[in-house]
This record gives sequence, C-alpha cells and structure tokens, in this order.
Amino acid sequence: MGYTLDFSVVIDALPSLLWGCLATIGLAQSGMSLALVIGVAGVVARGSNQRWLRGLVIGFVELIRNTPFLVQIFFLFFALPHIGLTLNPTVTAILALGLNGGAYAIEIIRGGVQSIDKGQIEAGLALGLHKGQVFRMIVLKPALRAIYPSLTGQFIMLTLTSSICSAIAAYELTSVAQRIESDTFRSFEVYFTITGLYLAISWLMMTGFSVFSRRYFNYPTR
Amino acid sequence: MPSTATHTVDAPHAADAPLIVMEDVNKWYGAYHALRDVNLSVRRGEKIVLCGPSGSGKSTLIRCINHLETIKSGRITVDGVRLDDSTRSVDAVRSEVGMVFQNFNLFPHMTVLQNCTLAPMRVRGVTVAAAEATAKRFLERVRIAEHAHKYPAQLSGGQQQRVAIARALCMEPKVMLFDEPTSALDPEMVKEVLDTMVSLARDGMTMVCVTHEMGFARQVADRVIFMADGQILEQADPESFFRHPTHPRARSFLGEILAHH
Repeated sequence: MGYTLDFSVVIDALPSLLWGCLATIGLAQSGMSLALVIGVAGVVARGSNQRWLRGLVIGFVELIRNTPFLVQIFFLFFALPHIGLTLNPTVTAILALGLNGGAYAIEIIRGGVQSIDKGQIEAGLALGLHKGQVFRMIVLKPALRAIYPSLTGQFIMLTLTSSICSAIAAYELTSVAQRIESDTFRSFEVYFTITGLYLAISWLMMTGFSVFSRRYFNYPTR
Repeated sequence: MPSTATHTVDAPHAADAPLIVMEDVNKWYGAYHALRDVNLSVRRGEKIVLCGPSGSGKSTLIRCINHLETIKSGRITVDGVRLDDSTRSVDAVRSEVGMVFQNFNLFPHMTVLQNCTLAPMRVRGVTVAAAEATAKRFLERVRIAEHAHKYPAQLSGGQQQRVAIARALCMEPKVMLFDEPTSALDPEMVKEVLDTMVSLARDGMTMVCVTHEMGFARQVADRVIFMADGQILEQADPESFFRHPTHPRARSFLGEILAHH
C-alpha cells in the first residue's frame, strides 16, 4: 500500500474534465434525439402495411439488440471506410448511439402506443381528424406518459454507454480521463473522479426528466 | 323500406330526402356475418332507437355510418354523400356525423374545453375564440360549463358522458349516433345523460341510438328497430313495438329486458 493519493493532478485537469462532461452530455443529447426520431419513425414503419418495411424494422431491432455496442461502433468506424464511407469519431459516436438507442426506443414506444385504448383513436376519427392528427394530438402524449420511466431510463443508459465511444477516441469524458491518466499515471484519482462525474450527470438528467414530466404530464389520471 | 332509388339519393340537399340511407349492407368479421342485407333510411329530424340482444349488430350498424367499420357490400349515403372508402367521402361524412361512445372516450390530457375545441379548430379551421364560444354554449347546454377547465379524470361518469355529447355537438353535426351511451354508467348517473339526450331530441336533432333504455325509447323514439343476428327483424313506432311485438325474437327480447325494470 505504498500508493499516496494525490488529487492535485485532478484539480489541475479539472477544466478539461468539465469540458469532457459537456462533450459527453452533447454526445448523449445528439444520440437521444436521433434515437427518438428513429424510435418514432420505426414505430410508424412497423405499423405500415408494406411487409418489407415491417420486416426491415424487425430485422434492425433484432440486429442491434443482439450484438454488442462496441462491435457496432467498430463496424461503423473501421469497417465502413472500406466501402468508402469514412466518418469522424464524433459523427460515428452519435450515429452509433442513435442507432443503438433507436432500436430500444422502437420497442418502448411501440408498447406505449399499444397501451392507448382503441376508443381514443376512434373518438378522434369520428370527430373528423385524420390518422396523423389523431396520432400527434391524441395518442402521442398519453403514450409518452405511459412509457416515460422506461424511455428516460433508456436515455440515461445511452448516456453512460457513450463512454464506450472512447474506444474510437471520440471526444467525451472517458477519453479525456484516459489521456490524463496516461500523462500522469494517477489512475485511481482520475477514474474515481469521473465515476463521480458520471453519477452527477445521471443525477442531473434524472432531475431534469422528472421536472419535465411534472410540467408536461400535468393532467390527472384515475 | 328497401332499395331507395338512386336518383333520390343523389339529390343531397332536398329537405325531404333521407339523411342516412343504407342499402343492402352486408358485413363480415372473417367468417362471421355481422350485418345481413341491412336496409335503413333515416329522415331528417327522426329519432331512432336500435335494440336487440348483444351481438345482434346494432353497434356495428351505427359504426358503419361514420366508417369506423367498413362494409363488404351495399351502399351507405349520408346527406347525399356516398361512402366509398375514399378519404374525401369519409371526411365529408365524419364532419357531419357526431358520435357518443359507451366509454365516453374523452381525451385525458385535455381539459373539458380543449376536448370540445380540438375538432372544430383542426377539422373546420375555426379560430380559438370562435371554437371556445361554441364550446361554452354547448357545455352550458349539457349543464357542465362550470367544469370547463377540469380534466376528464376529475369528473364523474355521467359528467364525462355529457361532455362527450357536448364535444360531438361542437362540430354542429346533422345527426348524432349514440352507441350504448348509458351502459358504462353507475345507475344514479343514467338519468342525467338520458335527460340531456331527451332535450337534444326535443330540439329536433336527428338521432340514432343504440340503447337498452326502453323508457327513453318510449319517450322520444319515432321508430324502434329490433335487430338480431345482424338483421333488422322488426321496426315500428314505440307504442306498437312495445304493445304488440310481432317477431317472436322481439317478443322474447322484450320479455327479458322488461323483466329487469
């Protein structure tokens, strides 16, 4: 036990660590937005009457949910250039997080839409609203409310998963930490600190999600 | 009753032309024949009560009128518009036909007022101010204006159903369809909803009601239609229907239902 803790390196590196936090949050936010778009589009496509489209969505969800994230991101970053598609680490990271989160979001959102009573849809149609209007104005909000805990949980998961993007040297908290560690050999202090920072990011997100939920889902249910 | 000639159907705005015409309508759910050669014509201002044992096709019949169900064969014409599965005809019919459901189906995330203004604004393109004025007028009319800013979950079943009636009325429909509007209500709330429907009838609204409330039928119906197995078996004014039902199935049905009252 000849190891003496020395947090001075961490204190010196604090600005870069905080930038790393911001990068992680930015990466996660872009990934979540993409995941949400893929999720909603996937649910719409999953309900299409085109068989090939439904099959495509099912295949995509199966592929993503049954393979490791690290392999997915390596595929995008190292394999795609061989067929002429080279992406920078940040774009690759956002794409990987979006595709991965999107596959899970499809399943979650689908569950939410299915939880809506068919009578709600019929009432909207009977009033003369179109299918798209019924989805946006009548189905979406209650469906979102029903799946809010699982969807936001998935988003926090996605944020933490973004640390894996350090494997392709995308700029985010874990890769910043790796650089500091290799410069100073202060592994314990560095990883101890970013553990705390990830915890803080998750906690911040949970707070944000619950504030949003209280404001947006402000209607009583039975 | 059967086969109204085509040319009368195509004269939509003639005041004496029937508002709803169903001709030889057939519907299947898979192998199940849900509606069999249904012919029905509803005059403007007429109040019709549809009754019959469960599974007899009453609800299916009225749900075909606003195209919540599609039919296999036959024709349905509403106010001169022939329902032909085209978006245009479906839109035209739905904006003129109001519907009240057994389970109210109010939108839980909108206030009573928002429930009432949604369709006029989005379908008719009415301004917020105009939509709210109309909504308040009809909420007043179903005597629930003081709850305009509450959410559905804060209201009793009877209140919710009255809001649902107001919501449909806000589109100023030419006909109102009622699909067992009191069946999901606690007994003490049935009356407030029926009273609302009676007053609507008194004001001349064309109504097609699926209901087991025979008191209501006696009070307002111009015609009672009895269905079983997807067929219209008997139709008559309430007086003769309740006094002298001719079809044996109608007789046994009435016997059962009146025994409970």
